[in-house]
Amino acid sequence: MTGLLYLIPVALFLGGLGLAAFIWSLKAGQYDDLEGASWRILQDDDEPKP
Amino acid sequence: MTLPCCTIDGEYFQPFKLEGEDADRWISSAGPGLKRIEFLVPQANRPEAMAQIETDLPALDGVDSARVNLTGRRVAVIYREGEIEPQALIDRLGVLGYMARPFDPRETGLTKDDREGGRLLRALAVAGFAASNVMLLSVSVWSGAEDATRDLFHWLSAMIALPAVAYAGRPFFYSAVNALRLGRVNMDVPISLGVLLASLMSLFQTINGEEHAYFDASVTLLFFLLAGRYLDHLMRARARSAIAQLVSLSSEGATVIAADGSRRYVPAREIKAGMTVAVAAGDRLPADGLVSEGISDMDRSLLTGESAPEAVRPGSAVHAGELNLTAPITVEVMAAGNDTFLSELVRLMSAAEQGQSRYIQIADRLARFYSPAVHTLAAATLTGWLVLGMGWHASIMAAVAVLIITCPCALGLAVPAVQVVASGRLFRSGVMIKDGAALEKLSGVDTVIFDKTGTLTKGEPQLVSPLMVSTETLTLAAGLARASKHPLSQALVREAAKRGLTPLTVTDIAEHPGLGLSGLYQGEKLRLGSRAWCGLEESPEDKGLLEFAFRRGANTPAVFQFEDALRPEAAETVARLKQMGLAVHLLSGDREAAVSRVAAAVAIDTAVSRASPQAKLAYVDALSKAGKKVLMVGDGINDAPALAAGYTSMAPSSASDIGRTAAETVWMGESAAAVAEAVKVARRTQRIAKENFALAVGYNVLAVPLAMAGLVSPLVAAIAMSTSSIIVIANALRVGLGEAPRATAPGAKSGEADTARLRRAA
Repeated sequence: MTGLLYLIPVALFLGGLGLAAFIWSLKAGQYDDLEGASWRILQDDDEPKP
Repeated sequence: MTLPCCTIDGEYFQPFKLEGEDADRWISSAGPGLKRIEFLVPQANRPEAMAQIETDLPALDGVDSARVNLTGRRVAVIYREGEIEPQALIDRLGVLGYMARPFDPRETGLTKDDREGGRLLRALAVAGFAASNVMLLSVSVWSGAEDATRDLFHWLSAMIALPAVAYAGRPFFYSAVNALRLGRVNMDVPISLGVLLASLMSLFQTINGEEHAYFDASVTLLFFLLAGRYLDHLMRARARSAIAQLVSLSSEGATVIAADGSRRYVPAREIKAGMTVAVAAGDRLPADGLVSEGISDMDRSLLTGESAPEAVRPGSAVHAGELNLTAPITVEVMAAGNDTFLSELVRLMSAAEQGQSRYIQIADRLARFYSPAVHTLAAATLTGWLVLGMGWHASIMAAVAVLIITCPCALGLAVPAVQVVASGRLFRSGVMIKDGAALEKLSGVDTVIFDKTGTLTKGEPQLVSPLMVSTETLTLAAGLARASKHPLSQALVREAAKRGLTPLTVTDIAEHPGLGLSGLYQGEKLRLGSRAWCGLEESPEDKGLLEFAFRRGANTPAVFQFEDALRPEAAETVARLKQMGLAVHLLSGDREAAVSRVAAAVAIDTAVSRASPQAKLAYVDALSKAGKKVLMVGDGINDAPALAAGYTSMAPSSASDIGRTAAETVWMGESAAAVAEAVKVARRTQRIAKENFALAVGYNVLAVPLAMAGLVSPLVAAIAMSTSSIIVIANALRVGLGEAPRATAPGAKSGEADTARLRRAA
């Protein structure tokens, strides 16, 4: 049962991390252009600039 | 006129001019020395456009970054102040072949929608986080945690669940309080009561170290309900942003001529009586007034439904919304405020809307019976247990269990889930539903009334006679017609292009407003226009066709006849609607001959011609009074009051602003098939929504006796609630099954339509 003492805080922390990440992504506007994002990943714009 | 720099598909256009003090309102600050401006770019609908704009614009000096939003077809540019002017950005986009117009999200009310969506999504995230963690602890309790461990888990659950309920439950609490204040009951009342009671009772149990706590039920419930609420919001936001885009495309202004002769571009809403405005050929009139200079022809089809243009000269009255066709004119604005033809229609519209009793959605209608029934059952349980001598504590527990188990979780999801799937399916076929109520109403209609010009027809004439015209005549006439914006001239040019002919080059072209065109070809005089212009007698009979005569030198003139072409699948749509058991009427402001031609072509028996906006409104009202549920389909300004008066209404995306605003459903693309498709999907949606209600109520019929008997433990509640929600969602997904016909070439086509609108506006 002593395992609970650290397992529960760990579980809550990880859950909270996920929640914080989601709210951050929402604030950062990552859901504003869902259509564009799916195409953006196919773009070959990651070559090193000359 | 300055030379146009830019082309789309080989056609020239004039880039938007950012002028006047008004320009500043598009620009916002983005850090020290940096400015941000957003453009609406209807042609940016392909991934290649995104790549092109995002590499090309930052290459300009002074541009910090450019980012395309493909969903909204917008480009946000951040630039360094003083190093580049916003106008240069518009021009550069023009050179690339994109017609850009500055965009202000505030103008369309989109920001408010975004905030609301963000709030719901945050609440959903919080509820999801709480639900997963509390469920983790609850499972431990159910699998046998006892005594101190169980109490610890309950306390932990309370610490997670109570703040989560307080935060994520707010949308429901506010709505329930508002409803109660007005003396009404909506679904949010039993929801709020169930969630709050479950939380408070569990807290009480925890403090007393009892066995059963329902924290998991209250947060899971919130999670499911918020999912339903968010889906509902998504559906409305999607349609609204698409419509707002169309509206913002056309919110224009006009060039005002001051007393000293200087010209200034003013947004339409700032135009007042007494001003003099210059209206170029191809522009829509911004206000009502009298022509003070110039002779031209006006396309009044949006106002009257009449497809033949009308000649105007100094002193003629003209109205906002008319399209100036042949020559530039100046107009003295006469009517301002409440006196315009337009505001007269707006008054008619709002009167018509007030006459309509507010439609009550099926979920709220159910809530009227549901809440009292549930609360009576809970009260009955409480008294029953007390009478049986079970003591206060056990009795209250049983009553609260009834409230929790009947909390309309599946009911709250049942309708939004179905409607979202349905509107998503309709959206793919190019139909935008403004809200769930519109979808419900669409399923109940029994009469469809079509407007003619622009609704059943494309609103653009097509050459029908003579089909056997010599190539030379057509290329010559088209060469002459190229110079004019008259709809019949453009129809001739289109016809030539369709036959793969290149118009001949005609010199010395002059446009004679109200008469026609003249020009020279190899020394021969050419004339194109009315019969009189070419020296022909007026034809005595009106066959409902539009005519242009063409004379070459001293030859006998040829007469081209045009017809306003039907939308693709117009006849099939009418047939399908009839097959579905709907009565179909045609209601038009056009001439009798033109109306009966179209009515015969699409097989509509009941046709009314020469109907004024008032007459249209009266017609729809009379049918409504007779108990008919009318779907009004129209596009023009003259249809707006009738659109507002109908049980529900549809408009094509090519409609006037006011028509699109008045209509509850807007469809994109050319084909009229969208009307029948929308009714079909709406009926199917309503059937599945009712099935979902039956499922949800059936679940309650099973669960309530258990709860009243005190047999519902938190475990049973959790399983019952999740299962019923999942069943309801699975059933909702059935709406999306089956073949969804796509809008005629989606994306590309609507992009073209937008482009055409913009071109007219620019």
